[in-house]
Amino acid sequence: MAAVTPLLVTAGLSRAFGGLRAVDQVDFALPEGETHAIIGPNGAGKTTFVSLICGRVAPSSGSVVFDGREISRMPAHRRVRLGIAYTFQITSVFANLTAFDNVALAVQRRLIDDHARGLSARALTEHGMDALTKVGLAGHAGKIAGTMSYGHQRLLEVAMGLALKPRLLILDEPTQGLSDGEIENFIGLVRQIGAEATVLLIEHNMDVVMALAERITVMEQGRILAQGAPAEIRANKAVQQAYLGG
Amino acid sequence: MAFGPYLLLATLEGLVTAAVLSLMALGLSLVFGVMRVVNVAHGEFYMLGAVLAWWFSSLIGGHPAVGFMLALVLSPLVVAAIAFVAERLVLSRLKYEPEATIVATIGLLYIIQQLALTFYGPEARPVEAPFTYRISLPWFGYSAYKLAVIGFSILMMLATWFVLTRTKIGLVMRATQFDREMAQAFGIPVGRVYAGVFALGAGLAAVAAVLIVPIQQAHYLMGHDPLLLSFIVVIIGGLGSLRGTVVAAVLIGLSDGIISMFFSPTLAKMLATLIVALVLVFRPQGLFGTAAR
Amino acid sequence: MTRLTPSAKGIALHVGVVLALLALNFLLPEYHRGVFARVLVLAVFAMGYNLAFGYTGLLSLGHAMFFAAGLYGAGLTIYHLEWSVWPAFAAGLAAGAGLALVVGFLALRTTGVAFMIVTLMFAQVFYLTTLYFTTYTRGEEGLVLPQAARVLGFPGGTLNLSDPSTRYLVALALFTLVLGVILFVVRAPFGRSLIAIRENDERMRMLGYNVFANKLASVVLSGIVCAASGAAYAVLFGYVGSGFAAIQYSILPLLWVLVGGAATTLGPLIGTLFMFYVIDTASSYTTAHLLVVGLVLIGVILFFPKGIAGTVRERWLPWLP
Repeated sequence: MAAVTPLLVTAGLSRAFGGLRAVDQVDFALPEGETHAIIGPNGAGKTTFVSLICGRVAPSSGSVVFDGREISRMPAHRRVRLGIAYTFQITSVFANLTAFDNVALAVQRRLIDDHARGLSARALTEHGMDALTKVGLAGHAGKIAGTMSYGHQRLLEVAMGLALKPRLLILDEPTQGLSDGEIENFIGLVRQIGAEATVLLIEHNMDVVMALAERITVMEQGRILAQGAPAEIRANKAVQQAYLGG
Repeated sequence: MAFGPYLLLATLEGLVTAAVLSLMALGLSLVFGVMRVVNVAHGEFYMLGAVLAWWFSSLIGGHPAVGFMLALVLSPLVVAAIAFVAERLVLSRLKYEPEATIVATIGLLYIIQQLALTFYGPEARPVEAPFTYRISLPWFGYSAYKLAVIGFSILMMLATWFVLTRTKIGLVMRATQFDREMAQAFGIPVGRVYAGVFALGAGLAAVAAVLIVPIQQAHYLMGHDPLLLSFIVVIIGGLGSLRGTVVAAVLIGLSDGIISMFFSPTLAKMLATLIVALVLVFRPQGLFGTAAR
Repeated sequence: MTRLTPSAKGIALHVGVVLALLALNFLLPEYHRGVFARVLVLAVFAMGYNLAFGYTGLLSLGHAMFFAAGLYGAGLTIYHLEWSVWPAFAAGLAAGAGLALVVGFLALRTTGVAFMIVTLMFAQVFYLTTLYFTTYTRGEEGLVLPQAARVLGFPGGTLNLSDPSTRYLVALALFTLVLGVILFVVRAPFGRSLIAIRENDERMRMLGYNVFANKLASVVLSGIVCAASGAAYAVLFGYVGSGFAAIQYSILPLLWVLVGGAATTLGPLIGTLFMFYVIDTASSYTTAHLLVVGLVLIGVILFFPKGIAGTVRERWLPWLP
């Protein structure tokens, strides 16, 4: 497992906003197929870090290498086409469109690139419904997204990510605001996704992190404080002090 | 006339333009700064100020200064009142949604323009200057009134600056500008502050107009060019920045005065507009503003 | 609510509208046939504007320059170079496309209010340019194209564009063509992308869409359609003047689209027709037609923000494209 080149590597990745170093010299490697969680207190730079990876924010310095390609200057939309999907921390669905149309927009973009199959109404329906089924929203395909419950909108957000068939799926605090029952389902869903894709997860809920992550990175003040398997992180004194609260 | 005096004359004319322009642009800038909306009808408030100035000054006879002073006091008040009502009736109901506000103020522009045409007519009419003294310079005589306009504008700008930075009203305005919801939570009547700012902005345009009518005549289409120039000033100065607005007004006023002495006015306007559009494209925070994000 | 799925009812409705307009050529009295011909040409202008404003969410206050680019592109080549109608029309389209490409490329670096002001300024520059080169354009006074030049050549013969019936039918043909193109575009993946960009452009970017390129394509297509309207206006009505490049002609399509219903295929026609007759009727009582324009603008934005077709779609006919 160790011999394979990682899917994602960052080296010296930094981003400053004015005087604040939101992300400071981060070296990070993510092997293909892993489900990896990033935790840390608020303002630790987690969202900025994943935003640098998916291209929503440009780095001040450092590099991002995805699948052997340097992409730190590549615009976000092209990174998405390389296979990096990002689901928003604040639910960002197309509120006036139906659930199906939301997913269809993601499928459409992917099919335009897929020259072998091409874009057809049938392929659109098939792949769109497929993504909705995976998150359990197939029965709500015709609903206007804005009228769906908050939990369903979060799931729709994930379905849009899945519809892109990403190699790396970045989930930014996906369980925020969900009920316990919904979180239970969600863990099952991410396990399924993790079987096919690499997952990078920002999460505050430690039960979710411990249930899902194969490895964990702890960030603090823009730097990596610790990294390792869940058991190691749980045992790490520095982490306990900084984050887990002892 | 030799080149030197010629340039001096152009500079003086440019300063007069700059003085009036900064007052008008300040009004536009205040409205944008506090309310985050663009008032396309700003030029019509200016025109209305000029037309009312003619009307007020023609009401009474006697020395022209009496009529002028009456206009200088009443015309901005009436325009501000009209703006206040328009804000309460229309803009507040649109929840200050930027694009809807633009459409609504375009509507307002047409309404005011048409009413001016209907009741005031298509003629251009002058207002007599309060005094006609000419200062004789070695090369040419220059109207003392024009110099007074510059002085009065500076006084008005200082007064506005004082109100904005040193008084409770200014504090309330800045609080509203900074965070509307927070201001509301602290019991600031945001709706009335907005209406007040909108009225103040229109009033400043009217003051500018009253100052200009003894130099240019009042006409129902006179609001168009100053509106564009104010846009230009506000953009170059950085949206919502008082100091930037003044600096930009002087820059635009001077270059307008000087360029139009040496080039065809159409070409000058063409180039100026193009340059400003490109500034907005490549430096959206203005020449003097700091980066927003 | 916006639906992206196509419907047969929608197609039938549009065919019906075109057939009804065709029948009107033989039914309308002379005066109203003239009004309708003008409305059809200007509705094309509104449809082009709607593509950028309604579907893509770009509030431009400078579309007069695209209309005028078509107008002058066709008019000047006919007047000064004595081109025939077909190549002159093509020159109009090319002028509109080129201008839209440059203006779009620059203006789309800004968003929201800044975009509005930048487009306004570019249009103002265009307007001033038509005044500056008054030797060729005769400025506000304008040029009248000779009737002899306004003849449309076909392999089988010619059409005299100053004949009222021919003029109406040619206007209708252009309208139908553009309506078809718009109907096709807004149902195609490209159109769906534009609507989604209007709704949430950051989300679209993170779905892998090149938002800038899509917006630019929308502006260029919009510019071409507006130029087609301008070029048609020149050859059908034979007059080319700076007035068509002035700010007023940037605001009118906004008005028409808002009244008729933004992001609806038939809204631009409804809005243009409605406003023409409102002003026409008002003119018989008062000369203050600007007042009507102003009041309708404020009234629509306050009480009727979806416009006529938009409200019909919302309340009764959700399938309306």
